[in-house]
Amino acid sequence: MLSNEQLEKEFQAKIDAEIKIEPKDWMPDAYRKTLIRQISQHAHSEVVGMLPEGNWITRAPSLRSKVILLAKVQDEAGHGLYLYSAAETLGVDREELIEELHTGKAKYSSIFNYPTLTWADIGAIGWLVDGAAIANQVMLCRTSYGPYARAMVRICKEESFHQRQGYEIMMKMAQGTPEQRQMAQDALNRWWWPSLMMFGPPDDKSIHTAQSLKWKIKRQTNDELRQEFIDKTVKQAEFIGLTIPDPDLKWNEERQHYDYGPINWEEFYQVINGNGPCNRQRMRDRIKAHEEGAWVREAAIAYAEKKQAKKNAA
Amino acid sequence: MNIQEALLEYCLRLGDNSLIIGHRMSEWCGHGPILEQDIALINIALDHIGQARNWLTLAGEIEGKGRTEDDFAYKRDAHQFRNLLITEQPNGNWGDTLMRGFLFDTFNFYLHQILQHSKHEGIAAIAEKSLKEINYHVKYSSEWVIRLGDGTEVSHQKMQDALDNLWMFTGEMFEADEVDQLLLEESIGADLQQIKEAWNDHVREVIDEATLKIPESNWFQKGGKQGRHTEYLGYILAEMQFLPRAYPDAVW
Repeated sequence: MLSNEQLEKEFQAKIDAEIKIEPKDWMPDAYRKTLIRQISQHAHSEVVGMLPEGNWITRAPSLRSKVILLAKVQDEAGHGLYLYSAAETLGVDREELIEELHTGKAKYSSIFNYPTLTWADIGAIGWLVDGAAIANQVMLCRTSYGPYARAMVRICKEESFHQRQGYEIMMKMAQGTPEQRQMAQDALNRWWWPSLMMFGPPDDKSIHTAQSLKWKIKRQTNDELRQEFIDKTVKQAEFIGLTIPDPDLKWNEERQHYDYGPINWEEFYQVINGNGPCNRQRMRDRIKAHEEGAWVREAAIAYAEKKQAKKNAA
Repeated sequence: MNIQEALLEYCLRLGDNSLIIGHRMSEWCGHGPILEQDIALINIALDHIGQARNWLTLAGEIEGKGRTEDDFAYKRDAHQFRNLLITEQPNGNWGDTLMRGFLFDTFNFYLHQILQHSKHEGIAAIAEKSLKEINYHVKYSSEWVIRLGDGTEVSHQKMQDALDNLWMFTGEMFEADEVDQLLLEESIGADLQQIKEAWNDHVREVIDEATLKIPESNWFQKGGKQGRHTEYLGYILAEMQFLPRAYPDAVW
């Protein structure tokens, strides 16, 4: 028998050699726990994220845009499924994870606690929220846990498509009538800062970062990813004539990056802890869907059992 | 009424059926009983909206006045919509939605099966393309009606209620009017009597397997095909058409 210490050493050696960890491999408990937390949080985010976008499906302004949005939200549901499956390879089941979401024990991306107020918000979500998600997810395609990395590869392909669609909505609106332009700018104003918060707290305040980097669950820090996102997005905003709502935003020749103003971390922690504009509404909707669906799930099981019993009797 | 007018009406009926039931299905998005079924229902909603786009585009071509799919979807009022009343009925619970789907899908399936051989090329082409999707819709909704009808006591009762509530909207599907007559004579449209028999067989078979009972009433509501709707359609349109109505000059 190898001691835990030896096992851990071998485990770290594998990670250092870029060998993926697979479900049946030995792994430290804390690694397993971190992954379950992160993957399920990610799955919950996909599912809760269906709500703010779903809010505009019935009001999409053209049939083409309705189809695109429906297909997009369907993709999010699909991502939720892959991710729940990836989490299940770590020995938890989906029911448990959903229970944790509904009781508030598990978190989901805080960004979905903001409301979608106009059609431009659908553009802003695609462009900024999916954009920020992609920065994070591209990194996760190389994460050390095999099933998670493979789920992310599929997800990334679809997300970059979503981002282009979101940007297209913003572009059309930014170049449209004065009212559309105003909606587009307003959406950018409201979604910009919450999007930057999506990368998580600054590196010196992030409790998980150091260990996650060592295990190669994460491969870049929150601040690095945030900077990459800002640098890319500023140019995209300029291209369509929208203004990033940050008076301190300025190109820094020496750093070769944009400097940006202070992020309101107080708001971030308030929203995470349940005080965002839509936290209660989102959870109410999820719990309601789950509870109202209980009779359907029960009936489906009862029917399957009846069928099986008949088959056995025959 | 000439053939061109009848054709336009016919395409609007097909397009509006798909558009309105697709819209109803899309209201479920994110609220289904389990993630897999959320995905399945969005899929069906997508099929319907896709079919609606084809039919409404064809309607515009037949009319020849430059109206687009969006002009038809977003710039007509309720009395100009030609969908069957059953398609605009509210989602209710999951069972109500699946029962509504089942009763309509069965009709829609037999209708498209005939229309794929229509003498009108445009109609035949859309029908043939849609039929594959509708085939899946009937299979899906039939299975759910059976599963829930023969599931638990609770689900059985909910499905019987759903059937009782929706039954009065089924008769309209087979009511032929001048449009149907004219296009049937031209071998363009479908024979609704023929569909009625096939519909009856499939519906009775499934309802029977689901251990449910067909309501005895033979009094049916009608008017959707002629633009006389239930109270629900006005609200669907108020929501659906809001942006193009509020900002008529905008391109989205």
